[in-house]
Amino acid sequence: MSALCEIRELEVAYRGNSVPALTNIDLDIHAGERLAIIGESGSGKSTLARTIARLLPAGARVRGEMRWSLGQAPLPGRDMGFVFQDPAASLNPVLTVGEQVAEGARLHLGLTRRTAYERALDMLERVRIPDPAKVLKAFPHQLSGGQRQRVAIAAALAAGPGILIADEATSALDMIVQAEIVSLLDELVREAGMTLIFITHDIALASGFADRVAIFRDGGLVEAGPTGAILTSPKDVYTRALLASHRDLSTPPLISEAAS
Amino acid sequence: MLLDIANLSKRFSSGGRDVAALNDVSLTLPPGETLGLVGASGSGKSTLARILLRLTSADAGSIRFEGKDWLALSGAELRRRRAKMQMVFQDVLGAFNPRATVASVLGDPLRIHDIVPKVERPREIATLLERVGLPASYASRSIREVSGGQRQRIAIARAIATRPSLIVLDEAVSALDVSIRGKILELLVELQQERGIACLFVSHDLAVLRAVSHRIAVMEAGRLVEIASARQVIENPQSSAARALIAAVPRLVTGMPERPHHDV
Repeated sequence: MSALCEIRELEVAYRGNSVPALTNIDLDIHAGERLAIIGESGSGKSTLARTIARLLPAGARVRGEMRWSLGQAPLPGRDMGFVFQDPAASLNPVLTVGEQVAEGARLHLGLTRRTAYERALDMLERVRIPDPAKVLKAFPHQLSGGQRQRVAIAAALAAGPGILIADEATSALDMIVQAEIVSLLDELVREAGMTLIFITHDIALASGFADRVAIFRDGGLVEAGPTGAILTSPKDVYTRALLASHRDLSTPPLISEAAS
Repeated sequence: MLLDIANLSKRFSSGGRDVAALNDVSLTLPPGETLGLVGASGSGKSTLARILLRLTSADAGSIRFEGKDWLALSGAELRRRRAKMQMVFQDVLGAFNPRATVASVLGDPLRIHDIVPKVERPREIATLLERVGLPASYASRSIREVSGGQRQRIAIARAIATRPSLIVLDEAVSALDVSIRGKILELLVELQQERGIACLFVSHDLAVLRAVSHRIAVMEAGRLVEIASARQVIENPQSSAARALIAAVPRLVTGMPERPHHDV
């Protein structure tokens, strides 16, 4: 796979912070891959997402390079879509779902109002919202958390971007909805041949579908590589600790079994 | 029985529709046992916890706690008995006065419930902090300047300060990093075993409940659809809700990511 973006010696610091949020990051993003950026609180994973998305707050200092293969950086909204943890925060509460999903298509694809609405309806069908024609006229607060996240995905993909950045996009959802949204994202990016950058604290969740993983800690990149290789033979002690602290239904319980 | 919940029901009206948040739920909890309460969003698990904590009222049904009609208690008697039923929530910062110090967070329940005489409070606070794995010197810190995991330890110290027989935990470890989450779960299990405290552990995460629960109760659309030993629920689920929750737990896939086969 060719590198879509080469990140070299990247350093990011927020205004008023002498300690950088990210330091000395060297990472390639491959075209068409599903790359999971994994880390705990304070690891810098969301800062990396915001840097790639060009959504850093004013006054943030960025050093180093991000070389895009196309020569110029992708245009947010058109070439690059975003889905965040809290869909309520990324959707406008006073606009209908239809207006918000159609907006990207109208703005970036130059569609008329009417064709943009048709596109929005099509997008809602693709994210498998039940009764999409009705949801098109609904406001975000009338939907459940899982449906709002589906709408946010539809809006992010409406202009047909080649890159999708999902920052903890399933963390606020319950496990069942999380599993549904992950499989939806996986399917949508696969169908469209998109590049997915999936930021998460959950290494197990990423292990189910990412091609490559990059492990972050305290603002640094610990290691990166193919998912299978990193998970079966992690080189860094931190990756091993992260894997060891994973708990699923096959992990021995902390209590002895009930007598009953 | 420490706790006996019988035929509990609660309805909310939402957007003109009448929704049954809890529909005829009954369960019991013996002393010293941890019951995991699991369900998807909107299953009613948090409503059950809120009614139990008397944060909201029930429409029908009864709760007996330590032999008393818990829902009939009010005023001074309710306040006095609350010492025996404590709580730990997900958003600990929101549960504390932001100006509080660690000492005042732990000192308040000791004072309100008159657990130890005033002169012994500093020592009791130090003991509580050490019990949850924090240095006694943390007493003078502001609640805002400690990390999320440390704050959750302080919330647990506050919950055990009044020597409760039951602790209700609502998504108490969901917001924590995995490396910290495991240590907090270990602490909870230790305290439970050492002090014989019963726990009602509410979560949408079956893997967390599997770690700490003797029994697991599964809720769906306001109803209790399954209750059995943790092992039985995980290994031989009887309800479609339990099967869906089990399937949704992310598993560590150490091979290559699976690709679906498209049969054409």
